[in-house]
Amino acid sequence: VLTPDEIQLRLENLLLTVQKPGRYTGGEINQIVKNWNEIPVKTALVFPDIYDIGMSNLGLFILYETLNRRQDTLAERSYLPWTDMDSVMRENKIPLFSLETHHPLSAFDIIGFTLPYETLYTNTLCALDLADIPLFSQDRNMNHPLIIAGGHATYNPEPMHAFIDAFVIGEGEEVIHEVVDIYKKWKTTGSDRKQLLLSLSSIAGVYIPSLYEARYDDGNFSHLEKLEETAPSSILKRIVPELPPPPTDFIVPYIETVHNRVPIEIMRGCTRGCRFCHAGMVNRPVRERTVDNIVQAIEKAAKTTGFEEIGLLSLSSSDYTHILDLVEAISEQFANRNLGISLPSLRIESFSVDLMEALRGSRFGGFTLAPEAATERMREIINKPLNTNQLLETVQDIYSRGWTNIKLYFMIGHPSETLDDVREIVTLCKAVLAEGRKVIGRRARLSVGVSTFVPKPHTPFQWVACDSVVNINQKQDILKRDLRDRDIHLSWTKPEDTLLEAWLSRGDRRMASVIYEAWKLGARFDAWQEHFRFDAWQEAFASCGLDPAFYTHRQRLINEAFPWDHIHTGVRKKFLADDYLMSLQGETRIDCREHCFACGILPTFAEVRRQHPGDSWKCPEVKNKNKPQSLLLPFTDQIPDTP
Amino acid sequence: MNELSRFRIQFSKTDAMRFTSHLDLHRTWERTFRRAQLPLAYSQGFHPQPRLTLACALPLGFTSEAEIIDAWLDQSTSLDIIQENLRSALPPGIQLQYIETIDLGGPSLQTLLQSSEYLISLKYKIQDLDERVEILLSMKSILRSRRGKTYDLRPLVETLEIIKDKSDIFFHSFRTRLAARESATGRPEELLSAMDIDFYQARIHRLKLYFNE
Repeated sequence: VLTPDEIQLRLENLLLTVQKPGRYTGGEINQIVKNWNEIPVKTALVFPDIYDIGMSNLGLFILYETLNRRQDTLAERSYLPWTDMDSVMRENKIPLFSLETHHPLSAFDIIGFTLPYETLYTNTLCALDLADIPLFSQDRNMNHPLIIAGGHATYNPEPMHAFIDAFVIGEGEEVIHEVVDIYKKWKTTGSDRKQLLLSLSSIAGVYIPSLYEARYDDGNFSHLEKLEETAPSSILKRIVPELPPPPTDFIVPYIETVHNRVPIEIMRGCTRGCRFCHAGMVNRPVRERTVDNIVQAIEKAAKTTGFEEIGLLSLSSSDYTHILDLVEAISEQFANRNLGISLPSLRIESFSVDLMEALRGSRFGGFTLAPEAATERMREIINKPLNTNQLLETVQDIYSRGWTNIKLYFMIGHPSETLDDVREIVTLCKAVLAEGRKVIGRRARLSVGVSTFVPKPHTPFQWVACDSVVNINQKQDILKRDLRDRDIHLSWTKPEDTLLEAWLSRGDRRMASVIYEAWKLGARFDAWQEHFRFDAWQEAFASCGLDPAFYTHRQRLINEAFPWDHIHTGVRKKFLADDYLMSLQGETRIDCREHCFACGILPTFAEVRRQHPGDSWKCPEVKNKNKPQSLLLPFTDQIPDTP
Repeated sequence: MNELSRFRIQFSKTDAMRFTSHLDLHRTWERTFRRAQLPLAYSQGFHPQPRLTLACALPLGFTSEAEIIDAWLDQSTSLDIIQENLRSALPPGIQLQYIETIDLGGPSLQTLLQSSEYLISLKYKIQDLDERVEILLSMKSILRSRRGKTYDLRPLVETLEIIKDKSDIFFHSFRTRLAARESATGRPEELLSAMDIDFYQARIHRLKLYFNE
């Protein structure tokens, strides 16, 4: 194993031969370097894509900060090298190393992977391989680091079960300390790795896949069988009862990254209940930070980082209770500082334009709205009700108040969508641009981003089949042909990219072999157009004897057992089933701040809530103690409630 | 409206900073001023930009002890305060050397710049280095092409001399002064190539920028 000095010496001669060497040097403002020899627990946090992408990830930074606050722990960063550097490192026998101290990853105690989306899976194997760590959990011994993973994609951990020793389900701020505590205690006892995994399985929210075996019935997933008596039957996600003060001392990269801004999360969760939205279902309940808290964080972040932009993060900013107070406080305090403040995910209404106007200061960007669908029928199916006239009034308002470019996000491939629904997207976009031209003439621009719906686990649409590739192509052809206009910029997702995401999203344990085979065949950087190898994935499925359509193009029975049923998000499967069946009837549910639909969060986290009363949670008081009825469907009662 | 002021700063660029490109260095300075709570002046217009000008781009991988940047501030602040605030806000790899107040209406750095002096150190042994230097200096012209254009490198090489007291780490060192005027810039990598020296086996360090007084 190379020492940090040896690694640095080898890098010295090689960095000039690769693109953007600043990705590999570390040494940025605000990085935390501790004395390696004095700290008992050494953790490496890995975002398995390049630095440029990974540096913008908030989740990893939250863990970096909280772990480094411990006296007994150090946390360093590592990202996947781009392909040019990957070759250079392999040729020169340089293992994957940390940016802070250049230690090889194999020298750390714990390696934590952040997996916010599925297309990072093959990259995770790349990182382990480049770090010289056995890819499969079962092949690791006492000398290897503990490999843990968390992030949104791990709400269905099964496709990666073979490679990860322990998954941390849900929000990591608190549970990560429990993992470190157990690890530290285990390290002093000198007992074997199995013992460590067993101890970790006692932590709420930690899932150890090797303690279970999947059973299949005629090719279908049947259930998960415990191999150890003490292993929990259900793993309930972790949440923090109240959001801690947001991290502010972000590391300032020397090179340009995808998001050149400080992210400040203003709230977590969303009460809108859009049926396709994974984040909206798994991040319940809604918890907000106070205006003071946020304004202080912006002030501190601006001072410690020098960033020229602050990005306020949330799934639905308009729903932040004190949004007007927040925006007023910000514009008062930060006017004339040439500081850009961005506010994403605004509702389609004129009030949003007021908010953006108050914030925009001297910097103008585009204005983004996400109607997701163009017809009222579709909007009812996905539970994102919106009136087309209201949309047109809002865009008119936006164009007339100085913005020249509006960006609209749509999704195609929703359940039961027809070609007519897609043609309505064209009609609506043209109407939007026409509004713009009325107000500002030929300066009006429209960007249209059209993604393709992927059914996600733990959502009301987890039962539905993906739209067929033939349909998707036909729908995209309509958009490409009919949205041809000098002033409209159309972008879309390739059907193959959507397929991969869909296979992996609802995969079972058998998918691990597919991921491994695909990786062996050269699949990596699957999220990058220039590297995506659809052929490798198809070949991998074939060599594993699995039919990809089984995972994507199959309508599930309402009582089907899912490979992710043992992961409990706090939202009951029966609630999701009811909501799905409502969508088939075109029934909608209003914002659940207005009315509780008993998704299950409150009873599941009743104790947490009791200990943390107050108004940071946005669940309304439930007056009616009786369970609301399953609206339509007696047969959803067949669904066993999550254990 | 606050009072506008202009400063000239000399700094060194070493360590990991040598892998930061010209554009990224510009941004690094902008953020440094923000951290130092020193309000940079911004250009007018649709996309206001901070008023910062670097004298001369330093290629990726080069180190330097003689970089120069002009900065305009939206207030008049004492040099001591600027110096102190910048020192505590600068990233590792940039060291402040001196700072002075400049006449607001003075000419731009680029128009004043004449030439740039480099120290080039080699990590491998070249038997006939003396000879190669002599040959190069004796040539009347050295025609080279760069980005599809042919130009004469020879007049851009103002001085070139081998440094005899060599260090422990490197086999050879030499010092060269290359023209760095707006329309005529000599590049160290071009010089190395003309002398048949491997650029990747060389460490290049800028020693000085020469300006028209």
